[in-house]
Amino acid sequence: MHELTAILVSMVLSATPLLLAAAGELVTEKSGVLNLGVEGMMIGGAVIGFAVAWTTGSPALGFTAAALAGVALAALFGVLTLFFLANQVATGLALTIFGLGLSALIGKPYIGKPLPSLPQLYIPGVTDIPVIGPLIFGQDAIVYLSVAATVAIGWFLSRTRAGLILRSVGENHDAAHALGYPVRRIRFLAVLFGGAMSGLGGAYLSLAYTPLWSEGMTAGRGWIALALVVFATWKPWRLLFGAYLFGFFSIAQLHAQGAGVSIPPEFLSMLPYLATILVLVIISRDAKRIRLNAPAALGKVFRATA
Amino acid sequence: MIKRRDFIIGAGGAVAATSVLGMPRIARAADKLKAAWILVGPSGDMGYSYQHDLGRLAVQKEFGDRVETHKVESVPEGADCERVLTQLATQGYGLIFTTSFGYMDQTIKVAKNFPKVYFEHATGYKRSKNVATYNIRFYEGRTVQGTLAGHLTKSGIVGYVGSIPIPEVIMGIDAFTLAFRKIRPDGKIKVIYVNGWFDPGKEADAAKALIDQGADIICQHTDSPAPVQTAEARGVWAFGQSSDMAKFGPTHCVTSNVDNWAPYYIQRVKMVLDGTWKSTDTWGGLASGMLSMPTFNIHVPENIRADGMKALEAVKSGARHPFDGPVVDKKGVTKVAAGKNMPDSEIAGLNWYTQGVEGDLRG
Amino acid sequence: MPRIRLEPRAQSSRWATYLSPVLAVVLTLIGTAVLFGILGRDPIAAYRAFFIDPLSTFYGVGELGVKSAPLILCAIGLAIGFRANVWNIGAEGQFIVGAICGGGVGLFYEPMLGPATLPAMFIAGALGGLVWAGIPALLKTQFNANEILTSLMLTYVAELLLRFLVRGPWRDPQGYNFPQTKAFDGYAVIEPFFSGTRVGLGAVLALIAVAGGWFLLSRSFLGYQIKVIGLTPAAAAYAGFSQKRITWFVLTLSGGLAGIAGVNEVAGPIGQILPVISPGYGFTAIIVAFLGRLHPFGILLAGLLIALSYLGGEAAQISLDLPVAVVGVFQGMLLFFLLACELLVRYRVRLGPATAESAA
Repeated sequence: MHELTAILVSMVLSATPLLLAAAGELVTEKSGVLNLGVEGMMIGGAVIGFAVAWTTGSPALGFTAAALAGVALAALFGVLTLFFLANQVATGLALTIFGLGLSALIGKPYIGKPLPSLPQLYIPGVTDIPVIGPLIFGQDAIVYLSVAATVAIGWFLSRTRAGLILRSVGENHDAAHALGYPVRRIRFLAVLFGGAMSGLGGAYLSLAYTPLWSEGMTAGRGWIALALVVFATWKPWRLLFGAYLFGFFSIAQLHAQGAGVSIPPEFLSMLPYLATILVLVIISRDAKRIRLNAPAALGKVFRATA
Repeated sequence: MIKRRDFIIGAGGAVAATSVLGMPRIARAADKLKAAWILVGPSGDMGYSYQHDLGRLAVQKEFGDRVETHKVESVPEGADCERVLTQLATQGYGLIFTTSFGYMDQTIKVAKNFPKVYFEHATGYKRSKNVATYNIRFYEGRTVQGTLAGHLTKSGIVGYVGSIPIPEVIMGIDAFTLAFRKIRPDGKIKVIYVNGWFDPGKEADAAKALIDQGADIICQHTDSPAPVQTAEARGVWAFGQSSDMAKFGPTHCVTSNVDNWAPYYIQRVKMVLDGTWKSTDTWGGLASGMLSMPTFNIHVPENIRADGMKALEAVKSGARHPFDGPVVDKKGVTKVAAGKNMPDSEIAGLNWYTQGVEGDLRG
Repeated sequence: MPRIRLEPRAQSSRWATYLSPVLAVVLTLIGTAVLFGILGRDPIAAYRAFFIDPLSTFYGVGELGVKSAPLILCAIGLAIGFRANVWNIGAEGQFIVGAICGGGVGLFYEPMLGPATLPAMFIAGALGGLVWAGIPALLKTQFNANEILTSLMLTYVAELLLRFLVRGPWRDPQGYNFPQTKAFDGYAVIEPFFSGTRVGLGAVLALIAVAGGWFLLSRSFLGYQIKVIGLTPAAAAYAGFSQKRITWFVLTLSGGLAGIAGVNEVAGPIGQILPVISPGYGFTAIIVAFLGRLHPFGILLAGLLIALSYLGGEAAQISLDLPVAVVGVFQGMLLFFLLACELLVRYRVRLGPATAESAA
């Protein structure tokens, strides 16, 4: 494979778990809820997904279970923040620590067990087209799901009535409540959706990316996903761009090392982080545009008044 | 500076604290040895820490009731490790193995405070009256790997997934390259560092990048099975690290550098029980059994496996030394003259690449 | 069927403020007992290992100070920022850069500076952390770049920088090219206060930070501005409080505090600079800040409690073979229950017939 093609294909793979988790979190945040527990939900999905896939032999069941695990953890968060009116930042952090610890305990029997990877699409003739062949027509099912989900979320938020309602809840929950919308239920559903997507993102790591389980294997990707939502200024298309940008630099720096570029590997490894900051700075300069996109009620506790 | 007044205050406080809050654990009777291992990762990592723990289990099995063994896992390097060591020493552990180089200075420090406790530090170089050091000559296995790889490669390009650019890793890269180029003089070794010892995702990325850059052999000095798994999926030969990684690469994992700490651990525990323990520096390789290499994969052609075995036997018997001269670095400077080989002290601090390795070591 | 209604209290309930943490701790203990049971351990022995054993020696109590000091130092700075709605997620990176700067002074200039070394190290460390936090401040005030992302990304950069320095140009020349610096010596060492423990200057600095933080928030005009900006930015703007200046102030303050914590850690308990010098203090400090309800005294207590849970996890591993992952589960549970019980402080729970009022 041509090296650029290889970088792009790896970029997509590397970005997929980030994209899944970030897309879910985007929906959650659009409804006005800040869930910092993405890392916890991702690793929960990773361990449950692996456990189920190992026991049943079916990756599809594994992914389903992972999504449900994400939902369960998100529900815990949702109950605390929406019914017990707890501080969202603290609850999200608690979820992350809890998720990491719990997954380590659950995962102990599954360490050192290998699984086969996911099959990739192959359309004879089409997949062999240089560059775009493997990139667009040679990926596994979850990659396509991640892109489709992001596009669907974008369409949902901007073109459907339900999406409009969700956004209004995120902008001004009191006004939405006054209009008769069930603010708490909408937010709860948005949180659960975010959990499902994070769970899927985590399962992608343990079922496709490196089909094995090891403690802490998300390695901070949940935090990167959170950062990407911010980077994307809560717009799904920009999220796609951000995830692939980050993935690109992560992979490109490895290729640079392999090519013998004589920059110390530590500095090459800084590239994705520095690139993300730089691009964020460039796109953030239009202040008005930014403020219009951050859901105004993000992180604020909703207390219904009659 | 410790003033007498401070000391008395401190001691008085200690008495007060212990009497108020309950008795600390007291060391048990001396006929039974309590031995502890502190691990830098989870014991289930199927890699570096796992192998140490296997050694501990071997000790438990060997000595039965005479020894009580314990492990403390995921002890961060830095300030925490000193506390764990101190707690173990105060709780009556008589022999403590500190299994990561990052524990080095803390081990020496705590050992000074507990002169009757024996400490053993893995992969380090500082010793004292009650601190011994031990390590494995991983680079001997690299010579065998390089030989096998030299025959197996078609492209002549090897991908090496490295952890951190430190001597322990570099000596492996160089030993591999020297052996590899004896068979493929035009061979190239590409190295990617993932800046850590264990990160399956990054290791897989690095392996993929190396394969995409033409490597048809994958080596690693990181601890997860991800590179082997990636190589298997791509149909490329791979060598595992720390544990036998064959099950992650059933058809393409040629062999692995397996850390076998058990013989050393059993020997040292015996010395304590016999009262003959003293501080030594042990650097065991294939001959001592501390480094072992599982049977070569049957998918490798028989003649290549035979050549690999020859190399293994030669290194094991001492007939062949991984750094037999002439060894020339990338700048063309002869580091080891023909007919000589590299002394241990130089290997221990190795920080230059030999010819054939791509890239530059900066810093 | 009676509905559960939440009635906001006119004033936070006094007794609930003290009782709710107690209730949360009790619930957590029940929860962890269940957990220990599932893992096949005797709950009482596990409690003892977790909470009593770490404090049962003078050394243990000292270690509580050693472990909690960096957490408290970082958390105070973070809390002040959070109050102003400035989200510094990069305290870990500021800690590291502070350690690099201060540690660098100590490693290379100690012979020249003599007795002035330690103060110079702390100043350098504070400046290092300050500058590292200043970057997100600059990017936010000038370019509107969100500080959550910038500060987080810079943490990774700082970690990589540390790795490079320690295995590269700063490695100990007598050290066989191992990735670590030489040990601090002479005036660059922070000695413990008493022999037999490691607690030293760090604990004092933490206490000063607590007192200073309290004074800033409750007695100074700056603190007033910070709180108003956080609660009602519109009113703050109307009153002429400068969002930009406050952002700079809180970020650089938290960066400086984290940097000081970093210097203390390398010159004190660790004694040299290693590739990894923090087990995640900067992130744990965020939890401590919230557990302490963003109040300096609360942070002091929360820092001690969280530090104890780490010490307890180690002790439980040693004596009971309890997996270290239990610490995370315990901390998470504690936070969950604490956050849930806080409801009682601000709201009255009423059972009554369904009314027109509903919380959606």
